[in-house]
Amino acid sequence: MSLAHHQQALATALERLRDAPFNALLSLLVIGIALALPAAGWVALDNVRLAASGLAEAPEVSLFLDPGAGRDEVKAIEQKLRDAGAPYRFVAKDAALERLKAREGLADLVANLPKNPLPDAFVADMAGRDAAAVEAFVKSAGEWPRVAHVQFDSAWMRRLDAFLRLGRLAVVLLAGVFGVGLVAATFNTIRLQMLARAQEIEVARLIGATPGFVSRPYAYYGALQGILGGLLAAALVALAFFFLSGPVGELTRLYGSSFRLRGPSLAEVGALCAAGALLGWLGARLSVALYLRQQPQ
Amino acid sequence: MITFANVTKRYPTGFEALRDVSLDIQAGEFVFVTGHSGAGKTTLVKLMAAIERPTSGGIIVNGQNLSALRASALPFLRRNFGLVFQDQKLLFDRPVLANVLLPLEIAGTPPREAKKRALAALDKVGLLDREKALPIALSGGEQQRLAIARAVVNRPAILLADEPTANLDAASAGQILSIFNSFNQVGVTVILATHDLQWVDKLRPRVLWLAKGKLHEGLPAQSPVELAPLNALAVPGASDTLIEEATR
Ligand SMILES: Nc1ncnc2c1ncn2[C@@H]1O[C@H](COP(=O)(O)OP(=O)(O)OP(=O)(O)O)[C@@H](O)[C@H]1O
Ligand SMILES: [Mg+2]
Repeated sequence: MSLAHHQQALATALERLRDAPFNALLSLLVIGIALALPAAGWVALDNVRLAASGLAEAPEVSLFLDPGAGRDEVKAIEQKLRDAGAPYRFVAKDAALERLKAREGLADLVANLPKNPLPDAFVADMAGRDAAAVEAFVKSAGEWPRVAHVQFDSAWMRRLDAFLRLGRLAVVLLAGVFGVGLVAATFNTIRLQMLARAQEIEVARLIGATPGFVSRPYAYYGALQGILGGLLAAALVALAFFFLSGPVGELTRLYGSSFRLRGPSLAEVGALCAAGALLGWLGARLSVALYLRQQPQ
Repeated sequence: MITFANVTKRYPTGFEALRDVSLDIQAGEFVFVTGHSGAGKTTLVKLMAAIERPTSGGIIVNGQNLSALRASALPFLRRNFGLVFQDQKLLFDRPVLANVLLPLEIAGTPPREAKKRALAALDKVGLLDREKALPIALSGGEQQRLAIARAVVNRPAILLADEPTANLDAASAGQILSIFNSFNQVGVTVILATHDLQWVDKLRPRVLWLAKGKLHEGLPAQSPVELAPLNALAVPGASDTLIEEATR
């Protein structure tokens, strides 16, 4: 197998795409739509994640300190927070007591306490982290010296996370189903092409063509079609998100959020094309393998 | 170069096309395989190129035992041969030049070099000025010569041609046989399956004679009646000299 073989096969595949643009266009539409649906789902979910993290109150983790914690120990905890990269603030026990006093109905009760029962606390801002990361942070902070108690209300985040996980699973299943469809569509396209070129294939094999030689142009064709299908899918998704971005922007503004809908990223377009190429290639290879097995040598 | 040892070929229909055939063809030989229609000439040629498999017996080509050949080695075995098929198997959807390029593409010859060689092969068979024509626009003789150009373009060690002069007039047939002769002169082993015996005199090939699946060396020293149908297409008078020769 030489470089000339590959150049030849790629050139042949491109010629075939060019020579039957109508057929190619129909297949491309099928492949494009098959890829567009899961891709749209994926990007939409990511938008939900982004929107939710912008809309919700910032999730905060409170670290209550041991009452006996000394100055240096508090400093050490502060350093650990800084290392963790989370924005934080310090709430001294006196300040906390003042805030409690300001609450309606509690002032008397607080005034009658013999001494301040509240501990010093740090409040760390967990915005932009997913549930697993926050969970991990809570766990490690609980083991820091002189941290008496770590408190985090994670129910809301967990719910969002579960929703996103479910959504992603649905997208993966959808992608699986449409991926099989893509393979099948390419399989069929290539089969028709091979039947139309049965004589050429027969002659080539009779005069010494390897199965690789026969299959290469078809494999390239399948992969090229997949890449073009991926680009088409990306274009469809981008177009849909472009039309949605206006109304969605208005909606989120009503909630006081500066959230903006994002279309597919460059990496996502690349992944889409790669997936299309791989599946198209696979469909073509399967088709060729079956065809060659059915023909006598 | 090619050895058959007790080869029998029975088709799935149960018909025995070749019976206990043994032969040995050396490198550089010029061989006519002849016999009546249905005698098994094409079958013999197909067995040589491993297009068909023997029912029993052994075939060795270029030192390779065909019955022990792996499927993945088959394409490379075929490349030892320049094949001219009885039905030619030209590709009518592409021009003359592209037909001749096919074996070179299969071999992975770089395009520039391939084109040079394809044009040289077309020149050799006198079709250089038709490189852009579609095969359908060629005469029978020209199509035959195109098939030969495709067979020789890869400079095979063995030329294996099945009825390359069928349905051609004497002049065209002579032209084609002289092409084969010229390849033989430069050392290519040439094996032709043919009815056309009028050239035996001139070319003095080794003649293998097939009758009802049995192989005989040389033409039979039998009644002219046996040979007559073979020369139905030949130039009048030619068969007489031939039979004279054969029966001498
Ligand atoms: N694929 C096949 N299946 C069954 N029988 C076959 C097959 N191919 C050939 N035969 C039979 O085998 C016999 C020999 O056929 P073959 O083609 O070798 O003859 P031939 O000498 O080349 O004849 P011709 O001069 O007409 O080309 C014929 O009787 C033919 O009917
Ligand atoms: Mg025949």
